[in-house]
Amino acid sequence: MLLIHCPYCAMERPEIEFRHAGEAHVARAPDPSQLDDETWAEFLYFRSNPKGVHAERWRHVHGCGRFFNALRDTVSDRLLVTYKAGEVRPELPPQEHSR
Amino acid sequence: MQYSFLNLVRQGLSGHQDWPAQWRSPEPKTAYDVVVVGAGGHGLATAYYLAKEHGITNVAVLEKGWLGGGNTGRNTTIIRSNYLWEESEAIYEHALRLWETLSRELNYNVMYSPRGVMMLAHNVHDVQVFKRHVHANRLAGIDNEWLSPEEAKAFCPPLNISRQLRYPVLGGALQRRGGVARHDAVAWGYARGADRLGVDIIQNCEVTGIRRDINGAVEGVETTRGTIKAKKVGVVAAGHTSVLMAMASLRMPIESFPLQALVSEPIKPVLPCVVMSNSIHAYISQSDKGELVIGAGTDVYTSYSQTGGLHITTHTLEAIAELFPTFRRLRMMRNWGGIVDVTPDRSPIIGTTPVPGLFVNCGWGTGGFKATPGSGHVFAATIARGEPHPIAAPFSLERFVTGRLIDEAAAAAVAH
Ligand SMILES: Cc1cc2nc3c(=O)[nH]c(=O)nc-3n(C[C@H](O)[C@H](O)[C@H](O)COP(=O)(O)OP(=O)(O)OC[C@H]3O[C@@H](n4cnc5c(N)ncnc54)[C@H](O)[C@@H]3O)c2cc1C
Ligand SMILES: [Zn+2]
Repeated sequence: MLLIHCPYCAMERPEIEFRHAGEAHVARAPDPSQLDDETWAEFLYFRSNPKGVHAERWRHVHGCGRFFNALRDTVSDRLLVTYKAGEVRPELPPQEHSR
Repeated sequence: MQYSFLNLVRQGLSGHQDWPAQWRSPEPKTAYDVVVVGAGGHGLATAYYLAKEHGITNVAVLEKGWLGGGNTGRNTTIIRSNYLWEESEAIYEHALRLWETLSRELNYNVMYSPRGVMMLAHNVHDVQVFKRHVHANRLAGIDNEWLSPEEAKAFCPPLNISRQLRYPVLGGALQRRGGVARHDAVAWGYARGADRLGVDIIQNCEVTGIRRDINGAVEGVETTRGTIKAKKVGVVAAGHTSVLMAMASLRMPIESFPLQALVSEPIKPVLPCVVMSNSIHAYISQSDKGELVIGAGTDVYTSYSQTGGLHITTHTLEAIAELFPTFRRLRMMRNWGGIVDVTPDRSPIIGTTPVPGLFVNCGWGTGGFKATPGSGHVFAATIARGEPHPIAAPFSLERFVTGRLIDEAAAAAVAH
């Protein structure tokens, strides 16, 4: 089970308090009716699914209830950093994701 | 060597010391007509049918680890064809019919055992959904029948149908032709069959790049054992599909999740069929060795780690122990994970891609073992002809743009 640091509660809590909410930074277009089908499909269904560092959303459902973002290494499952919704994706020091 | 009673006796006379290897371990050639990436059941079946049905024998199957070491060797082997939508019925039933004669076809005992797959309903929604499945399947000529709780218990005596359960059994849908098969034997049987027809199976050979010519068409692959040329490349890499397609600058509607399973200590025959419950995310059968084979739902986050959280399996075991109180004192022997390639509609993607010469067969997620023969069969035809086999056609990558999804996700939530 992952231990996840909620940036709002400022606490490390067990994974079962959270819900995973998919890839982070996938922005919905302000006016979807203006998009062509490819772009709309890209937003709805296509994901980067990297083997390595993944930016993803979590929601602290059994805590503060808020969404936040995390960087996690999908090979080791190690959480590298969590940050509040709306913040830019943090840069990682180069060695961070090869551990 | 053909496996037969006569050869068994002959080999017995020499103390079983002279059985030939089941496949060669060739050095990769510099070029092939077709390269298949991934020696799981689907990739090996693809190569087998390319050689057998289409006469294309200059084929290599490249595998980064050992053949059958991916999801094929990690799955809980449930086979059934009672899916909801016509497109799914067509492909899973195509596979089921091939299962019925596969041991003979391959001259290899894949231990296909149609012992019945029973899916339990625990609430009104389940009852309505399963009855809808039963009707849809029967219209398509696929066997599926509704059982009352008492009939379910008669079919599977250790089942607890007490009304006091947290999730009481309100009935079940039974597909009698469903069952299980020996996962390793499926990979080995197809590997041996393909090898005998001239296919090179190259293990410990990871594909690290996809080469393209000036027009963007595929011209070969880079591997840890050198460059291998081919005008047609079929990617059949399950959980690693996104990684491979990224080598051709393609993004996929796929996310990779861990899916876990576990087995108990072996006991005498106690469970005569396969029992599944989508609502409580648990399914169980008994292997011929006597181990109870138990599966769960996926973990919640994407991963390539082939492990998962213990709380997921704990949850599953709690459900199993409630449905089958007699199993409560069994010890679990092993627990493992595989990485499954999940699509938004929980249906596979089989066909061509925007890159000429690049084909893909993926997205089988938590439930592709049952499709192995059918998937390989239609994918081989797709690669050979350069256009989708009619059964494969609805499972195109374009469906995510046109919106013509085959939504088994809404139909089943968990689909094994
Ligand atoms: C725990 C678990 C339980 C399951 N239970 C069931 C079930 O009961 N019924 C059912 O129908 N399905 C089930 N499934 C799903 C089923 O296992 C898969 O859908 C199916 O086996 C996929 O077969 P495959 O040949 O496509 O993939 P795999 O067997 O995973 O083969 C893909 C191969 O590609 C190789 N590969 C990856 N990247 C590269 C590369 N770069 N270069 C070379 N090779 C590469 C991998 O090493 C692997 O061997 C289960 C899966 C799991 C994990
Ligand atoms: Zn919180």
